[in-house]
Amino acid sequence: MGEAQGTGSGAGPRAKVRVFLVDDHHLFLSGVRAELGDAVEVVGDADEVGAAIELIAERVPDVVLVDVHMPDGGGQAVIEAIGRTHPQVRFLALSVSDAAEDVIGVIRAGARGYVTKTISGPELTDAVERVADGDAVFSPRLAGFVLDAFAADPGAAGGAVPSFDPELDQLTPREREVLRLIARGYAYKEVARELSISVKTVESHVSAVLRKLQLSSRHQLTRWASERRLL
Amino acid sequence: MTPRNTPSPLGPSGTSPVVEAVLAWDHRHISEHAEPVEPTVSFPPPGPVLPGAWPPPPPPAAPPIPPPGSGTGPAPHRGHRRTWWRASRAPGPLRRSTSDRLGGGVAGGLSARFGIDANLIRFAFILVSIGAGTGLAAYVVAWLVIPSQGSTTSIGRRAMADRRTVGLALAFVTALVAVLLVLGALGLTFAANLVWPVSIALGGLVLVWRGSDDEERAHLSELVGRAPLIGSPGHSTRRSTVVRVVVGAFLVLVGLGDLVASSHPTLSTIKTVLAVNVVIVGFLVVFGPWWLRLARDLGVERRERVRNEERANMAATVHDSVLQTLALIQRAAGDQGEVTRLARAQERELRAWLFEGRSPGSFNGEVSTVSQAVTVIEGDVEASHRVAVESVTVGDCELTTELRALLGAGREATVNAAKWSGASSVSLFVEVEPLQVSIFVRDRGQGFDPEAVDGDRQGIAESIRARMSRHGGRAFIRSAPGEGTEVELVMPRVGPGRG
Repeated sequence: MGEAQGTGSGAGPRAKVRVFLVDDHHLFLSGVRAELGDAVEVVGDADEVGAAIELIAERVPDVVLVDVHMPDGGGQAVIEAIGRTHPQVRFLALSVSDAAEDVIGVIRAGARGYVTKTISGPELTDAVERVADGDAVFSPRLAGFVLDAFAADPGAAGGAVPSFDPELDQLTPREREVLRLIARGYAYKEVARELSISVKTVESHVSAVLRKLQLSSRHQLTRWASERRLL
Repeated sequence: MTPRNTPSPLGPSGTSPVVEAVLAWDHRHISEHAEPVEPTVSFPPPGPVLPGAWPPPPPPAAPPIPPPGSGTGPAPHRGHRRTWWRASRAPGPLRRSTSDRLGGGVAGGLSARFGIDANLIRFAFILVSIGAGTGLAAYVVAWLVIPSQGSTTSIGRRAMADRRTVGLALAFVTALVAVLLVLGALGLTFAANLVWPVSIALGGLVLVWRGSDDEERAHLSELVGRAPLIGSPGHSTRRSTVVRVVVGAFLVLVGLGDLVASSHPTLSTIKTVLAVNVVIVGFLVVFGPWWLRLARDLGVERRERVRNEERANMAATVHDSVLQTLALIQRAAGDQGEVTRLARAQERELRAWLFEGRSPGSFNGEVSTVSQAVTVIEGDVEASHRVAVESVTVGDCELTTELRALLGAGREATVNAAKWSGASSVSLFVEVEPLQVSIFVRDRGQGFDPEAVDGDRQGIAESIRARMSRHGGRAFIRSAPGEGTEVELVMPRVGPGRG
């Protein structure tokens, strides 16, 4: 349903995005509620994985804000379970963790984006609406991770790992540019201005990157992420 | 030929008339030569510059050179048909090229100005140099008087401002003249013809070396380093030593052999040798003390420069640590606990710097890679300024001296953003690429007008920009009131294999 309704690309007074919150820290839950304020409709929250899966299946929100780190499998478990039954529900991951493995893991499980918990209220609202529209949301750090994982020179660490699908396993120069600006802390609007392209184009570049991130079988991706964790 | 017994070649001001004449020419407009006619005419021939400057006029050189390979017919056919000698013209005044250069970029500059192929001009210079070396002298003089691209003052002008440089050039010239006169006395008459052009060329080269800016000097030392005979003075390789010794020994043997073989030591040869020795001794008596003093002065100057550099580094370090902390303490004057904490932390840092040689704001010891250093910056700035630092690092590599300087400047930029921007978070993006490492520090604070920053804002001016350029990097600051600030720092990576 998410696709058909409520996401009419911003024309006219759009229906409020229906949001569900999943986090095991109650303090944080109430904090996010307060920050989102009236901009979105919070249809419920849950503080553990089991309850979250049950409630989300029942209420079918547009966007689920999910914490990466929780007992019983964390956000990844929620995303995978709901993804099978309700593919129209979109996920935005929220985390204090900077571990590449967590971030990449949750994105590959199906989240449409990842933001850190230090994000400001308006930015969070903006990110939620973006995800509801089907766009991807990249924090600077995620952009950095992707740039790193899809490094231009794959030979360095992995030797000659044959690329099965060059289309999926490599970033275009333009995508790289966009990611670099995001990593520098530019908002989409600023990226668009800097590169003299439209915001829509920026969004489509970012979505393309997200798709590659989720679907690429690139060997380096997993290896890179697990190596990162050791640091 | 000495300055003293010529009719006043050395003006009272200590500037040589040659260069004065040359400098004056610098101001005459070049547009007279705007029409490209032929290579040599388009270039100011040495003729009008030199006569009168040094008493003996240069050998009747620099007649308009027949275009190289005259077989192809007179190139300056200003024809549209034969365009092989043409090159694209760039508008604007005559400037030495910084992109198309083998030596000083003179040929490249002339080519861009007059639309003649650069190699053709180079060939012309070489052609005129054959025999008496006039082309070489002309080239060096042009190097001196034509400003390089993007600058307005010529090297000559800059070099002339320094008395010591002028003295050094003259010392070189006198020494050279002595050598050439001796050669002449030995009967190698062709050498006597070389005296003037070579003296001018070498004296000019000394001026070029002393007066050129950092960028050009780097280019020059690269050139010098490539010459096997000279080698770079810093690290003389075994090969360059061997080459030097072999060449020197060969020359000595040839000279001795010649002396012995040409004639049995008759009275006349002995006389000649004696005369040569007398000339040499005479030169030494007249100029020896002066040469010695110059050499000593240069040593003093070198030490001074080293000291100044050390002072600048020290000022940057103190600014990073002590002055920053003092500013923080003033802000937190009411909060006694905070003041104590800051003072203690600073004391510890300062002690470490003074007594253990670990400089604050740099990353010695435990930190050895770029990403570790970034983590340190993030933690330090967050702790001492209560601002969130969002750092993103792409790629990683070992720290080098240059990269430590880069990260020091990056830390400084981050601290500045935390302190002055008023924003609650600062983005710090570091990307390690094969050829360079770049840092972007961005805040969404109040921003400022980069033009209006006064010299007192030591933080930006000295600590960041100077630190970067001292180590071969670049810094760009983009900001506007109300739009936040972005500082971009780029440091080329010097591969371990180079040099």
